[in-house]
Amino acid sequence: MTEAVENQVEEQAQPEEKLVTLTIDNIEVSVPEGTVLVDAAKKIGVDIPVFCYHPKMEPVGMCRMCLVEVGRPVFDRATGEPVLEEDGSPKIQFGPKLDTGCTVEVSEGMVVRGYTEEVVDARKEVLEFLLTSHPLDCPICDKGGECPLQNLTMRYGPGTSRFIFDEKHHAAKHVPLGEIIYLDRERCIQCARCTRFQDEVVDDPVIGFSQRGRSLEIVTFSDPGFDSYWSGNTTDICPVGALTTADFRFGARPWELKASASVCNHCPVGCNTTVNTRREAKSGGELVIKRMMPRQNEYINEIWMCDKGRFAHHYTQSEERLTQPMVRNEVGELEATSWEAALDLVAEEFKAASDGLVTLAGARLSNEDLFNIQQVTEKLGGKALQNTHMAGGELVASVGVGQGSNLSDLGEGDAILVVASDLEEEAPLYWLRIKQASERGATLVVANPRDTKLSSKANYELRYSYGEEAAAVMALLGSISPKTPGESEAVKKLSRGQEVKDAATAISEANNLVVLYGNEGTGLATSQSLADACANLLVATGHVGKANNGLIAVWDKGNTQGAYDMGLVPSEDLAADLMSAKAAYIVAADPAGDDATLAEAIKAVEEDAEKFLVVQELFLTESAKLADVVLPVQANTERQGTYTNAERRVQIFYPAVPAPVNVHADYAVAANIAERLDLKLQKVIPAQVMAQIAETVSDYAEVSYTKMAEVEEQWPIISSEDVFYGGTSYENEQGMGQQLQPASQGGESPALSFAQVADAPKVDGLLAVPVTRLYDRGSTVVPTELLSERLTPTSVVLSPDDAEKLSIEPDAEVTVKLNGTETKAQARIEAGVPQGYVLVPRSVGIALNSPSPVEIKA
Amino acid sequence: MNLYNPLKVVPPLVTGLWTTFKSTLKKPVTIQYPEVKRPVRERYKGRHELKRYDNGLEKCIGCALCAAACPADAIFVEASENIDEKRFSPGERYASTYEINMLRCIFCGYCEDACPTEAIVLGDNYELSFTDRSQAIYTREMLLDPVPAGGEPTPREVEPGSFDRSIPEMKDPA
Repeated sequence: MTEAVENQVEEQAQPEEKLVTLTIDNIEVSVPEGTVLVDAAKKIGVDIPVFCYHPKMEPVGMCRMCLVEVGRPVFDRATGEPVLEEDGSPKIQFGPKLDTGCTVEVSEGMVVRGYTEEVVDARKEVLEFLLTSHPLDCPICDKGGECPLQNLTMRYGPGTSRFIFDEKHHAAKHVPLGEIIYLDRERCIQCARCTRFQDEVVDDPVIGFSQRGRSLEIVTFSDPGFDSYWSGNTTDICPVGALTTADFRFGARPWELKASASVCNHCPVGCNTTVNTRREAKSGGELVIKRMMPRQNEYINEIWMCDKGRFAHHYTQSEERLTQPMVRNEVGELEATSWEAALDLVAEEFKAASDGLVTLAGARLSNEDLFNIQQVTEKLGGKALQNTHMAGGELVASVGVGQGSNLSDLGEGDAILVVASDLEEEAPLYWLRIKQASERGATLVVANPRDTKLSSKANYELRYSYGEEAAAVMALLGSISPKTPGESEAVKKLSRGQEVKDAATAISEANNLVVLYGNEGTGLATSQSLADACANLLVATGHVGKANNGLIAVWDKGNTQGAYDMGLVPSEDLAADLMSAKAAYIVAADPAGDDATLAEAIKAVEEDAEKFLVVQELFLTESAKLADVVLPVQANTERQGTYTNAERRVQIFYPAVPAPVNVHADYAVAANIAERLDLKLQKVIPAQVMAQIAETVSDYAEVSYTKMAEVEEQWPIISSEDVFYGGTSYENEQGMGQQLQPASQGGESPALSFAQVADAPKVDGLLAVPVTRLYDRGSTVVPTELLSERLTPTSVVLSPDDAEKLSIEPDAEVTVKLNGTETKAQARIEAGVPQGYVLVPRSVGIALNSPSPVEIKA
Repeated sequence: MNLYNPLKVVPPLVTGLWTTFKSTLKKPVTIQYPEVKRPVRERYKGRHELKRYDNGLEKCIGCALCAAACPADAIFVEASENIDEKRFSPGERYASTYEINMLRCIFCGYCEDACPTEAIVLGDNYELSFTDRSQAIYTREMLLDPVPAGGEPTPREVEPGSFDRSIPEMKDPA
């Protein structure tokens, strides 16, 4: 066994790392230098129990649970040779006291004993001591059944306590740390995993310890309480039931839950999740989603997930869901009908419209859906559009990060450029992993018009004005290869100063370079030139076509990359496209609800008797209300499919709950329409749709459900057997997904177009720029009541100077006059906002696609 | 055997009739069920009862350990949180749904053993007959004991802060 283990460990180790061989419980193991004993033991399947230690955080040695006997070989001082016993084995000198296995690093020839009487007694005593102030309310504790304290007590604890029960410490049991997380102070064993996580891992130090000794307690010092996008993770890693979520509070016992693998589609990261379901009497015997948990994938979300992904799943089981196809009758009202009738009508009208068909699909759909929808549109010669304001999908397919990339591999000697992105708001997990890369020593260049949470980690911060995104990247490129043509005013201005030059040098000299561009303040046109500029920079510095190098677009939606890959393109003028349509097929998008001008366009389509509007949706959205035919579809928790994330990793999600009767998946609906148009598409098994995608889309030729479902061994080990390490994140048994190869990695030289560099638009008054907020008011977020207080209100964000000039008080109601519409909104004032600009959060009630002049009245 | 020999026929006949005559004077073994019911043994395991404290609060905290212990998967529990305006039990949570399928139950009493608050007890009711499978499911309302004399029914409104333990100590809470 030892040999096999050694080989395995050696394979995992980086070549330059020095291996150290030691013996733990009589098993020899070789691990990289610097590994702590607990981890080394874990690799050979020996349990050294822990509470405070977590492999993703720095060890602190607070709980004393991991005490072991540690012995080191004795060396002769004169000769430097190891002293030998009589039988020829090296003499081992054990320490006078037990050592904590989580803080002691391995050394050559070390001998560790975790089974001696002294160690066993020490563990018993630690547990006995912890239990003196633990309430033992396991029967009603949400953690009961998956609780490390419970498990370790059963395995290592004493059978009885010497403690006098009457003197038991009592503390507050129901302390809301904000409305999302509840704290039970009595259950807390003071391991500091939560406070360390908030501080070290996600840099949101909003909870901490107050008082000392027995009075030590966790407090929150933010308003609202526990104000962090990561709060749910603390409930996972809490080794007791001290932190629980309001969402799952008393929801079910863990052993009653059924687990199904899924992939989050709220942002382009594509976190792997586990959907926990349970049949409920109070929901009429239906299978109900009780909670969403992270599933380990060290390529993507490690063992974490953000609170949006964790809590914003309630839309899938909302009462408002559509359950029947509807057709507009003579009176002009939507009337329930049969699928046959509805689909026959749709097919007939599509045939009549022929190349006048305009399809608009939202990128929360899976690749299978998007493919079938695109095929239907292509068959008729119509226009297949996707609902996004971000360009560059083809560029990512060409110069995206190479196959085998993992952001966790970036470190010393590597560089990361983040342009035009408030990364934590747009894709929280990317923020976390970029931050961690910067902490490992990667050079981080952040280019943004204002401070974001990532700024504090930046080695070089580049400032530009909204509208000059591409110019900022071109300025970097210009500093590297001065012959770059097309000098504009903005590029010249931004090229001045040492910071740009230093950043450019760091980028060009980096071993690996990853460029992320987001959508802070960009519209479709600026996004296109920004993507072009980023691609040019990558190609010019030779950072394409290999792993850990390339372009990542922080898309605005979950599967935008998939939509690009399936051949759906964004529309430059959606209103005109919709107006010109003879028939419009809108899937998973609500243009009428998003934007008043689009609502006008859709109304025009609806009012024109010649024209035909089909909406395929989960809910009766504003667009659906105007439709001639409304087709209900399944939510992603009810079916199978795949998403392509921003790093072009294609991943499968699986059904967790049964779909409502008579409601089908998007790909099946599209295939049924196709059937009536004499086009054969797969409609039963998504894997067959994927097979067809593999045949049609060259980039997906290698993709198959079987390969996507393959798993790898991951570190840290979070198996069902594991009772203490990773909290309650789920082991990944359902697949790591498959990363696509960008064209440049296949040897193809990327087709680059020269970036159109624009100067910042000049306006007399204020300029409104769109920005992204994590908690927006999208139709998939609003149904989650738990988050209702944290959702961004219909608001605009002003700089303090502008607010003073316009005499606007913080949080006052103002009138926003934008693109010919007037909206009442709350005025928020933030110090980081550059003067002359008004930030308009997307999807909170004010439509803004690209920077536009705005008038604000108090 | 000669059936016409009276000496061989009459004595057994008399013995038999004597037994009959003796029994007519004895107390009868049969009882007039359902008018009359025989008391069951002290440790008899009949239909489950959900117990209350003397003050009327429910003992069940909805921990579902009974359901976990049940070898026949006959018990189904859903918990909800107690609030001071609507309190069912002294602890933090109570069973908002409690169902036992009597067709599945094998009356082993494991649920009783698993219960941390002695809320579920196998009682002495053995009259379990149904005309329909759905009637075999006994709900919370059917299983709960009546409110004892002097107690108040649940749910009830209580002074805020009067119950601050997650699981009550096992004596009658005030």
